[in-house]
Amino acid sequence: MQTLIKNGHVIDPANQINASFDILITDGKIEAIKPPGKITGSRIKNIPVIDAKDCVVAPGFCDMHVHFREPGHEYKETIETGSASAAAGGFSTVAVMPNTFPVNDNRSVTELILSQAKAINLINILPIGAISKGLKGETLSDMGELKEAGCIGYSDDGRPVMDSELMRRALEYSRMFDLPCIQHSEILDLTRDGSMNEGIVSTELGLKGMPVEAEDIMVFRDICLLPKTGGRLHVAHISSGGAVDLVRQAKAKGLPVTCEVAPHHFTLTEEACRNYDTNSKMSPPLRTEGDLELIKEGLRDGTIDIIATDHAPHDLADKQVEFSKACFGIVGLETALPLTLKMVDEKVISLQKAVDLLTHQPCRIFNLDKGTLGVGKNADIVIFNPKTKYIIEPEKFKSRSKNSPYKGWKVRGKVIHTLVAGKSVYSANNS
Amino acid sequence: MPLSNKNILGMKGLSKSDIEQILDTADSFKEISTRTIKKVPTLRGRTIINLFFEPSTRTRTSFEIAGKRLSADVINISGSNSSATKGENLIDTARNLEAMNPDILVIRHHCSGAPQLLAEYVNSPIINAGDGSHEHPSQALLDLLTIRNHKGYLEGLKVLIVGDIKHSRVARSNIQAMQTMGMKVRVVGPPPLIPVELERLGVEVSHNLSESIKDVDVVMVLRIQLERQSQGLLSSLREYSNYFCLTSKVLAQAPEHILIIHPGPVNRGIEIALNVMESSHSLILNQVTNGVAVRMALFYLLLGEKNANPN
Repeated sequence: MQTLIKNGHVIDPANQINASFDILITDGKIEAIKPPGKITGSRIKNIPVIDAKDCVVAPGFCDMHVHFREPGHEYKETIETGSASAAAGGFSTVAVMPNTFPVNDNRSVTELILSQAKAINLINILPIGAISKGLKGETLSDMGELKEAGCIGYSDDGRPVMDSELMRRALEYSRMFDLPCIQHSEILDLTRDGSMNEGIVSTELGLKGMPVEAEDIMVFRDICLLPKTGGRLHVAHISSGGAVDLVRQAKAKGLPVTCEVAPHHFTLTEEACRNYDTNSKMSPPLRTEGDLELIKEGLRDGTIDIIATDHAPHDLADKQVEFSKACFGIVGLETALPLTLKMVDEKVISLQKAVDLLTHQPCRIFNLDKGTLGVGKNADIVIFNPKTKYIIEPEKFKSRSKNSPYKGWKVRGKVIHTLVAGKSVYSANNS
Repeated sequence: MPLSNKNILGMKGLSKSDIEQILDTADSFKEISTRTIKKVPTLRGRTIINLFFEPSTRTRTSFEIAGKRLSADVINISGSNSSATKGENLIDTARNLEAMNPDILVIRHHCSGAPQLLAEYVNSPIINAGDGSHEHPSQALLDLLTIRNHKGYLEGLKVLIVGDIKHSRVARSNIQAMQTMGMKVRVVGPPPLIPVELERLGVEVSHNLSESIKDVDVVMVLRIQLERQSQGLLSSLREYSNYFCLTSKVLAQAPEHILIIHPGPVNRGIEIALNVMESSHSLILNQVTNGVAVRMALFYLLLGEKNANPN
């Protein structure tokens, strides 16, 4: 089984490729990558060809932070609908957070997720195991068993690990398995009953605020725990400018800390919550213009390592309610590319860097043998036209849920094909 | 002239001319409440639903009396006997009520923004009778009416709002309304009860009652909710009173012409001293009387203006 992708502009940051190349895929692997027209011979006659004219050909995107809700909350999303959403967004690999019901804190849940993923066989699904049993923040999960079952990191995402002693033990113990601890950084004492950033907008709307210090303090605490524990810390969905500074300082000291940012935290501010739009209700909340600038600075100077969407689908029943009662989160996978390309438009990052943040960097942090177009690697590939302009229509999302504050946004950058191990899992022509 | 909005969700949506029109209309309605037969046929055959998800005596009664004096049929639904207790979602509750063809929905809800949410899903005009810590527009309008009745004008007046600004929908609506009318607003209270970045709304913030009262025309005292102490926002009500109770000693610092208003219900002796509350400066009961007139004006302007006779 072979496919030839030709006439495309290949961006493969892992191999420092940023030029026109043709790619030959054989049996799900990349067999050859050569300058245009140089893949020749009788054996490629009559094989399927994808014409990638005007398009970028890149490693399939990797989102290290999604919620697929299965098992437990299948009315919001399933592994199947989430996979379709990922494929439509150009993602060939996602890491699913453990806040399912039951929680992914033991081998049986990890194996259930992986067997579902295998049955659906659309994209690569990598489970993240819980730091604490039941996400309760009391006792460590069996981290060794979780890794053996297939988990690629540990997190209590959505429930910050408040107990400093427990976090210290998690960083120590996870070192034995060489997997990072991913923290949702939020001091809950400061954000109780809060539903948006604390500031002028929360003051005007009469909503309980979530002050930005709640994020900064926990990022700082976790950084303080690194030198003695030797663990690796990955800060999830950084939203505070102050937290970006803290990560920058820690990196300068050589501490093993990395961080991710979600597209909504570099494209939207707390102003989006005016009119009580529950689709703009996120955790961490949308912050201020000042935070946005510091986030962009973090993208520019490399303090921010990766882009991850925090894909958090919610049914209308969970969003079409009073603001303070609505669930936090946004469907992220299907708008990540155009929102990331806005950063290219604004000259915050180059196109190559944008691809790097979505492919090679996440795989480097999580030790995944993916995110590159090297010869012999799995042919996980996204083909997108960075120029195509369109209007975001959440009702057309493949995700089971449609919660997005980007409805009606005019954007550019459209996924044309997504391939996983050489197999087409999404094609704009058939959607 | 119709109002610029079909709903009264907050003072934020009302222009200066809207507010003036409401106050003028309310003035013309005041006389009805002084008659022996306190009823005019203006809204005969119209249905008003009071949907109250939070306890209320003054506001609910005021809306009810206002509707009845205009001959509307008024239905009261309270949170504890609504299907919200059976888990029905707010939008469904409102849509079901709307299916019975009411002409206005008056809603009070503990969540900020609830009336705005309803306005997106129902067609009937909605009047916000207080939503969480957000707005309470009919209260701000009756406050303005009370002040205007006593001063003859609003523009240029200085107002001091005392107490728990952070959780007060009355404060938010009044700040908005008073600024629209060209008044100056200062607030005073302990820092934990002042919302962040309030100065950005053009409001002066103080923590010293005796100082801040010296040059104002009106002082509005807010109710201090007893649960703020258990939430850790206050050290004790006793200490709060020491610094922020409007006593005659504090009042001695104020200009002779000062007016005192309070949205009620009053915690006597905690935020305001009994003798001050009953002094000649106090307009607290006038506010309640004006509340009926303002709510009659809102019903009239939203519904009846076209083919109704205010007399």
